[in-house]
Amino acid sequence: MFLLVMIIFFSTTSQNFLTVRNLMNVIKQVAIYGIASVGMTYVILLGGIDLSIGSIISLVNIVAAYVMVNLGLNPFIAILAALVISTAIGFLNGIIIAKLKMPELIVTFASQTIFAGLAYIICKGTPISRFPDSFLTIGQGYVGAIPIPVIIMVIVFAIGWFISEKTYFGRYFYALGGNEEAAQLSGIDVKWVKCLVYSLSGLFAGIAGLVMLARANTGQPNAGVGYEFDVITCVVLGGVSTTGGSGKMSNVIAGVMIIGVLQNGMVLLNVSSYMQMVVKGIILLIAVGADCVQKQRLLKAKKAAV
Amino acid sequence: MGSEDNILELKHISKYYPGVTALDDVSLHVRRGEIHALIGENGAGKSTLIKTCSGAIAPSVGEIIINGKSFLSMTPKLSEENGIGVIYQEFNLVGDLTIAENIFLGRAIRKGILVDFAAMEKKSQEVLDSLNIKIKPSTLVKDLSVGYQQMVEIAKAVSQNAKVLIMDEPSAPLTNAEVESMFAVVDLLKSRGVTIIYISHRLEEIFRLSDRITVLRDGQYVTTLETARTNEDELIKYMVGRQLNEVYPTRKADCIQEEVIFEAKAVSGNGDKEISLKIHKGEVLGLGGLVGAGRTEFAEMIFGAEKKISGEFYFKGEKINPKTPKEAIKIGIGLVPEDRKAKGALLGLSIQENINMPIYHRLSKAAVIDYKKAKSIAQKYRKEISIKTPSLEQKVKNLSGGNQQKVILAKWLAAESELLIFDEPTRGIDVGAKQEIYTLINQLVEQGKAILMISSEMEELMGMSDRIVILAEGSVSGEIPREEFNQELIMQLASKERNN
Repeated sequence: MFLLVMIIFFSTTSQNFLTVRNLMNVIKQVAIYGIASVGMTYVILLGGIDLSIGSIISLVNIVAAYVMVNLGLNPFIAILAALVISTAIGFLNGIIIAKLKMPELIVTFASQTIFAGLAYIICKGTPISRFPDSFLTIGQGYVGAIPIPVIIMVIVFAIGWFISEKTYFGRYFYALGGNEEAAQLSGIDVKWVKCLVYSLSGLFAGIAGLVMLARANTGQPNAGVGYEFDVITCVVLGGVSTTGGSGKMSNVIAGVMIIGVLQNGMVLLNVSSYMQMVVKGIILLIAVGADCVQKQRLLKAKKAAV
Repeated sequence: MGSEDNILELKHISKYYPGVTALDDVSLHVRRGEIHALIGENGAGKSTLIKTCSGAIAPSVGEIIINGKSFLSMTPKLSEENGIGVIYQEFNLVGDLTIAENIFLGRAIRKGILVDFAAMEKKSQEVLDSLNIKIKPSTLVKDLSVGYQQMVEIAKAVSQNAKVLIMDEPSAPLTNAEVESMFAVVDLLKSRGVTIIYISHRLEEIFRLSDRITVLRDGQYVTTLETARTNEDELIKYMVGRQLNEVYPTRKADCIQEEVIFEAKAVSGNGDKEISLKIHKGEVLGLGGLVGAGRTEFAEMIFGAEKKISGEFYFKGEKINPKTPKEAIKIGIGLVPEDRKAKGALLGLSIQENINMPIYHRLSKAAVIDYKKAKSIAQKYRKEISIKTPSLEQKVKNLSGGNQQKVILAKWLAAESELLIFDEPTRGIDVGAKQEIYTLINQLVEQGKAILMISSEMEELMGMSDRIVILAEGSVSGEIPREEFNQELIMQLASKERNN
């Protein structure tokens, strides 16, 4: 609904908006958000939050770039190293959250700073560039008319949907997010599920980071700054409840598209980047607010019924 | 007796909840300056009754008369203004504030916009001194023992000029020494003319403290007695003396088999002490006792949800030590918890998912769920225990209490549990569904399952159990075979005090 209104709004206010080229551009731009939002969807389904993914994206940028350029190794090894590290960071978040029962917000907030700092340390603060062409294909190549990042996003969403709907551990995410205690009393290993979810969040952030690196052709230690905000907004706009337990992967795709269309539209309308920040913040508030208001209304209706 | 003798009168108080009558036309007269004890079994309506006095709930019908002033319902503020103070089992204290700040919480003494700590501490000191409580008002409440925290609550009520002090199970969290000091304070308050309503299930205390005793049963007023003219046996008779008129479905004779499915040997932990019991194949073992006797805590240990400190569990003769519910389920234990909505069912998920949740990993090949199998399992139990629903896709939160309970039961049947622990299996379930649950329990034991049934409903406990083990304050206080079931005996064992 919201998406449709926005598309109509932007196509009437900007003649460049409703062109095939521009729409393809929108999808291409959101690919990075889209890929990372799969992991974030799981995290928010659990009722948690992962603020570290921006830094994971930065670190992946630098690690992969360092392996390819400074160490001169094969891009394949760079990709592998980047994904192992990003998954490990997620796992670390998860294990601290599950075993020490520390609040998600603080744990991932801390790791945000830690790994942002590590990215700077590795590259000594300077960007790394000039990657092999084979690697750049990931971010810049096409299959037919479709950009490869878009294809990766579609595959990642398909896997994401498959995990949450078809696998048993995917269903645990819903059980745990809905009611942790009842889930545990149904024989679910809560700690294990939490570690898994944060690891997946790290992994998908890692994939997003690699696509970004290949697109930009330069590894920046601050590449991912602020990404957690956009990704969380995508997921929440996609109707995943911040209190956990409900939400669908297919709707998250819509959330991602809304953010894409919004950003693109604002650029076309020459809205300043400062103003864009204001708008995005307001959108996040509205999205979460709508969810909360709806919940309270349901609660009231229930009370009234009793 | 003229009404001017009564500081507090409750007249024809009723409180209805949907489908439940918590209080049914209860009248109570409390005389000025007396210690009036209020007793009754679990769910007799004691707490509900005092909540109508404190303003925590509004009665559906009735009148509250305080010092001759009549009210239809109270608010917390109104009750405080009229000199009623309540010490709940859960204290209303802020741990990180000092005693003085707690005593004056919400009505701090101020100098302009600043809090006058010195004045507050001085006044608190006066109140504490007058009660013979030797603590410094500048101490943080979280640094106090439970006994002293309770004293702070009492001091708070006194500083608010409470004329009637209501105490809800005040001795329950205290050690023996602390109980003695609490009694001393209560005696002191009485000598100063404060009226006290004292709720307790420990009959010894009642006889030690009270002037008169009112007995409630099933939300109804039973009688009021002079403490000096009654005894424990008479009280117990009044507390439990109900007609047993519920009919329980009969089960096949000789269900109980020789084989012991489950045994606990001197198990301690989670508040329980050295609990030993055996459950045979095909047997319903009832676990009776008062609320807080440690029954749920014991079940949680069996199910691996809480740790035991010492003792052993045996399952079919083999020693087991489940550390998580997952391990317990694998062994063959299922728990139908007391709080269905918070602990039992995954309300936002479908019936089918709830039933299959514990066995999802077994139904999966390479992590992918075989939904065909899952559906046929759910279908099977929907039929077998007649879960009433238009579809298996229905979310559990949309089902009635009885059907939710059946879904939870189906979950354990699907997981092939051999020992089923029911914690208050029919709480909040309507009469028809109750009968269905009872019939199901019968079917289960006929099939050779072993059942541990925790119940606070005396009738249910006697109607369904083959044997009853009774806990009191975390220990086994007695075991009764079916032939010897009687209400008085059960009540007596349940209100036994632990000697420590």
